[in-house]
Amino acid sequence: MSSGRRIGAVAGKEFLQLSRDRVTFGMVVMIPLIQLLLFGYAINTMVRDIPVAIVDLSGSAAARVIVEQVRVTQVVDIVSSYNTPAEAEAAIVAGAIRAALVLPHDLTHRIAGGETVGQWLVDGSDTMVGSALLALRNMPLKLEAGAPAGAYSSQPPSFEVALFFNPERRSEVNVVPGLTAIILTMTLILFTSAALVRETERGNMELLITTPIYPLELMIGKLVPYVFVGIVQIVIILGLGRLVFNVPLNGAFVDLAIITLAFIAASLTLGLLISTVAKTQMQAMQMTVFILMPSILLSGFMFPYDAMPILAQYIAELLPATHFIRLIRGVYLRGAEAGQLLPDIIWLLGFTVLMLAVATKRFRKSLD
Amino acid sequence: MTEQAITTRGLSRRFGDLLAVDNVDLDIPRGEIYGFLGPNGSGKTTTIRMLCGLLTPSSGKMSVLGLDIPAAAEALRRRIGYMTQKFSLYDDLSVSENMQFLASIHGLGRQQARQRIDQLLDRYTLTSMRNRRAADMSGGQRQRLALAVATLHSPDLLFLDEPTSAVDPENRRDFWEKLFDLVDEGKTILVSTHYMDEAERCHQLAVLETGSLRKQGAPSALMAELADRVVEIRGGDLRKVKQQALRLPQVQSAAQQGMQLRVLLRADINAPAIDILRGQLDTPSLEFSIARPSLEDVFVACTEGGKER
Ligand SMILES: Nc1ncnc2c1ncn2[C@@H]1O[C@H](COP(=O)(O)OP(=O)(O)OP(=O)(O)O)[C@@H](O)[C@H]1O
Ligand SMILES: [Mg+2]
Repeated sequence: MSSGRRIGAVAGKEFLQLSRDRVTFGMVVMIPLIQLLLFGYAINTMVRDIPVAIVDLSGSAAARVIVEQVRVTQVVDIVSSYNTPAEAEAAIVAGAIRAALVLPHDLTHRIAGGETVGQWLVDGSDTMVGSALLALRNMPLKLEAGAPAGAYSSQPPSFEVALFFNPERRSEVNVVPGLTAIILTMTLILFTSAALVRETERGNMELLITTPIYPLELMIGKLVPYVFVGIVQIVIILGLGRLVFNVPLNGAFVDLAIITLAFIAASLTLGLLISTVAKTQMQAMQMTVFILMPSILLSGFMFPYDAMPILAQYIAELLPATHFIRLIRGVYLRGAEAGQLLPDIIWLLGFTVLMLAVATKRFRKSLD
Repeated sequence: MTEQAITTRGLSRRFGDLLAVDNVDLDIPRGEIYGFLGPNGSGKTTTIRMLCGLLTPSSGKMSVLGLDIPAAAEALRRRIGYMTQKFSLYDDLSVSENMQFLASIHGLGRQQARQRIDQLLDRYTLTSMRNRRAADMSGGQRQRLALAVATLHSPDLLFLDEPTSAVDPENRRDFWEKLFDLVDEGKTILVSTHYMDEAERCHQLAVLETGSLRKQGAPSALMAELADRVVEIRGGDLRKVKQQALRLPQVQSAAQQGMQLRVLLRADINAPAIDILRGQLDTPSLEFSIARPSLEDVFVACTEGGKER
């Protein structure tokens, strides 16, 4: 009972301090807002509107249909057309375009024979552009004849390619939920990693540890306000994702709440552990960045998890963000239920308990 | 219940090579104000922290309110109030928010806390600024707030580490009035200071220097020990006389105070102090008189700083 009172007192005090710290309070709202708009739009344009040219040697109606279908993907922006492949190559070298689609003389014939209908000449120097266009090569083309055909592919198009036209595959659909993991990792760990160090630096700790408060009460009390901060941020990111980027929630709200709370708890306790290790707020900040960088790069937010080397995958498994990205993409995009994603949820909860235990154990009510 | 509030034997604390507290034996009775007098770095804060259970001693034994420290530190925390040397309340919280926070931490009920806070605000004349942020208060007001918070849970024993360092003499007097009120209620207070006038108000005193306990006792008794060893000299070129005096083996210290020179002689002199000085200082026009020893003399006598200045 008095334990609850003490936790409440610490939480209330943190709330008051947070609400009076304009800068931090502003960051709670502004970081998700700005990051979302930045990442959302930047990554959006990265795989869209790639400037390309068309080299149509056939002059056929089928060619015009193919070009039109490529155009509507919005992945490319057809900026010019050339008469020969050589001219197109020169333009790529000069940097005027990033790729060119060459449609040969015998296009109609090839379509009838089910052969490769054309060739993409791609500037491979930018891997993001390269992979976006590589995806295009597998695009299923529907021609008047109704005959399916592959563009620059000796085999018939595989099924995964069909997803290309699926609106669910738009980049921001993947980015927005993933971004929640990055933003929460950044802000929540940043806030709590300073939580205990700040009290020490300001001299409050010497008084606090002379009171009967238990370390665990102090820890929990410190975290409670930031759970709400995390919830506010999630609401901002996903709400805006819905409004601006039209990313719908396919799963159930309660599943979203469960996985989000698990991740918030894991991030906060990780921050708390940092706070028991760092001697100054500056050190706490540096350790936060140390966690944040791999969370951005290895969690599957930037690069596909499966494409990473094994070692990187092992490291990624240690990061709460990796598990959360898996979870939120599952719930948000695939409409999975929490029950189907239990391993990652259990991992996050176990991580929380472990971090809290280690942080509590490390925290001594002494100045030794 | 033991008679003593605090006893220590051989209490020591090392920081690397530095012996910050060196083999200190204390006996601090209940219901009194006990002073730690010592210059910067003499180990006052370190000793207080060990007594509160915040620092583990390198060696030695302590018993505080009958509890073995540091083993029973957690039980002790409910019974002590600690006013740290550096202001340790929250600058961004108001007076009453700070008090409410600590009242809850100390487990006071809502109703009980409200009553106690109102009572303390009134007692320490903070009622008019109950909504002011601690950051916006003057030095004296902050000290009063810190004292109010240290007594929130009505502890038996108070540790006050240089509580009046930012307070003017007038407010310092008021502050000490409050301390005596607390003693009247049966509290024991341990207060550290480097002000002589404050030290003189204590019931008992420990003089610390570089971690060692040089002297322990009632201020009046400590001063009485120096009777007949303090001489005031007037007339003549006092600067020159001072140089001469300091060269004498019997002289522990000499300091000019306005128109007179105050000379402290060593304990082992075997003739009246005035005779010794008169015989050795050959300037004819000097007047010699025995002075009432002050606490400063006590301090100089039992520390080694005497001869240099
Ligand atoms: N945590 C620490 N680590 C290393 N040295 C320390 C530590 N705390 C204190 N000291 C050293 O121990 C000695 C005693 O310090 P202490 O703070 O107890 O002195 P003090 O009497 O309170 O001085 P002041 O009047 O300046 O407050 C000093 O030399 C100080 O530098
Ligand atoms: Mg000190």
